Amino acid sequence: MVDATANAAAQLKRVKPAPRSRLRRFFEKKSTIAFFMALPLIMLIFTLVIYPAFYAIYLTTLNKRMTGTAWMRNCSYLPDWICTYIPFGNLQFLLTRETFWMVFWQSCLFAISAVIFKALIGFIVSHFVHNVPSKGQRKWRGMLLVPWVIPAAMSTLAWQWLFDPSYSAFNWILAQFDIERISWTGVAPWARFSVILVNIWIGAPFFMIMYLAALKSVPDQLYEAAEIDGANWWQRIWYVTLPMMRNIIAITALFSTIVTFANFDIVRILTAGGPLDKTHLFATWAFRLGIEGGDIPLGATVSLFMVPILAVAAAFILRDITRRGNEA
Amino acid sequence: MTGTTIDKAGPSRAAPKYGSMKRDRLWALRWSYFFLTLFAIFFLIPPIYMFITSLKTSAEISAAKNPWWVFNPTLSNYIELLGSPIYLNFFKNSAIVSVSVVVITMLIAIPAAFALSRMRFWGSATLATGVFLTYLIPETLLFLPLFKMFAVFNELTGIQLLNRWWVLLVVYPTLTVPFCTWIMIGYFASIPKELDEAAIIDGASWMQTLIRIFVPVALPGIIAATIFAFTVSWAQFLYPIAFTTSIDQLVLPVGIITTLIKGDVFNWGQIMTGALLGAAPPLIIYAFLMDYYIAGLTAGATKG
Repeated sequence: MVDATANAAAQLKRVKPAPRSRLRRFFEKKSTIAFFMALPLIMLIFTLVIYPAFYAIYLTTLNKRMTGTAWMRNCSYLPDWICTYIPFGNLQFLLTRETFWMVFWQSCLFAISAVIFKALIGFIVSHFVHNVPSKGQRKWRGMLLVPWVIPAAMSTLAWQWLFDPSYSAFNWILAQFDIERISWTGVAPWARFSVILVNIWIGAPFFMIMYLAALKSVPDQLYEAAEIDGANWWQRIWYVTLPMMRNIIAITALFSTIVTFANFDIVRILTAGGPLDKTHLFATWAFRLGIEGGDIPLGATVSLFMVPILAVAAAFILRDITRRGNEA
Repeated sequence: MTGTTIDKAGPSRAAPKYGSMKRDRLWALRWSYFFLTLFAIFFLIPPIYMFITSLKTSAEISAAKNPWWVFNPTLSNYIELLGSPIYLNFFKNSAIVSVSVVVITMLIAIPAAFALSRMRFWGSATLATGVFLTYLIPETLLFLPLFKMFAVFNELTGIQLLNRWWVLLVVYPTLTVPFCTWIMIGYFASIPKELDEAAIIDGASWMQTLIRIFVPVALPGIIAATIFAFTVSWAQFLYPIAFTTSIDQLVLPVGIITTLIKGDVFNWGQIMTGALLGAAPPLIIYAFLMDYYIAGLTAGATKG
């Protein structure tokens, strides 16, 4: 044993002396190696995320054919330096458009109502799954997560077929009860309802899984103590479950707000924004204007309107995550 | 207090008064099963209806019969689709894109996560936060500037990216790499420091430490990240519909929607078959690797 260590020490001494150049030492430094290992990631983020984000801001200043700047028009009511020197032509065009405000409200309605219902359904279902003996939980969980696993584009196709104007399978059921057929995607209120329903259907399982994980992390003793103190089930949920799950509830809801607000697939496939643009969201409208309409600057301007809301949600998530990181 | 003690000794004595808590639980369980069944029906109707429709001929679909039942089941839709070179080409494109994106993602994410969680360099903490923020940026924000960027890139270098399926290999990693890096940082951070210290002392290089020690130990995390990357690239819809248009360049979701839906032609049996087959790979992975799938799903919020 002693021999072996002595041998190793001797070997170490023999290896050491060769003087290395400065460049080589630099490349053998731990932080340099680390930087090079992270370099592909850094390059990816800079060229394909950060650069396009700023490029989008530049694009908003261009006119439709991207040959010159989009200046504002008829803006003599504004101070001269804004009117003639700031290239807000696309912005002005949008803000004076009725469709834009419609899309704005639709996006908010879509995101807020969908997130609330997804969170509610997720919360309720997770409790039911949690109630079931743990042997059967796996089976239920497996079944209930299926909508999340199927690619959204594929399941939206199934919904489109379920909502078909003339062959809707839901209308067939309604007809058995002598209820008049519903034009699910043909009239504005029902079309909005359908789009939100599909979003809830796809997203609720995600909430269910997250809340189930949170429920399992609540220690049983807390419930026992509450029960002994005479708390009814409502009080147990309000004073034990909710405070213990607060963090995950918040993070999941914020995260889902971002994803729902920026949603594209569902509206694009189910209604393509119709009837009469009554279901367009920012993303689908930006696609319509930018790709199908060929006006990339205008489309980029539309999609940039998502940024403030996303930024607020992201800031909250980040605060939450760093705070928990410090606790751990 | 007395209530619970008696309840524990309860069953043998069969005292109905104190057994009420147990009976409450039983009823709670029954109600749970009842509502779970309702929710399961709600959640499973579309895939089941897809399957029902896929077994029907167009004639049966358009007949005014009960749409929820198959009267003359047939596999003709499946045979027709699986024999159609166009559809198989969509499938091939999707498979190539998804598998390549998984490989690219892992090659970028694993070393980066190792460097960020173990080696630290100037700005590494900021970069870790930045990676998470990138994950929160939705693709709907970037597709128009990227579209224009690729067009300009084509003018400058002559390399065409738009309307070629490999453009997806360039853009999909922006969706998968940040999240995979993020969960790998979490997994690597949970590996005890003594392990890599021992390896370094024994003379292993950093690369060897990563490949020989961290990758095997963090394998569950890598599997979860792989599943995530695969399902995201398989299901992605916006980038392919924006960047590719020629039929031979399309991936499955876009291919089904642009070629099978032909306005007046009544084709729902085939559309549902195509959609079901398109949903099959993620569903199969999910069926066999459910625990990894869920680990990857919940990692975003519970780890880190």
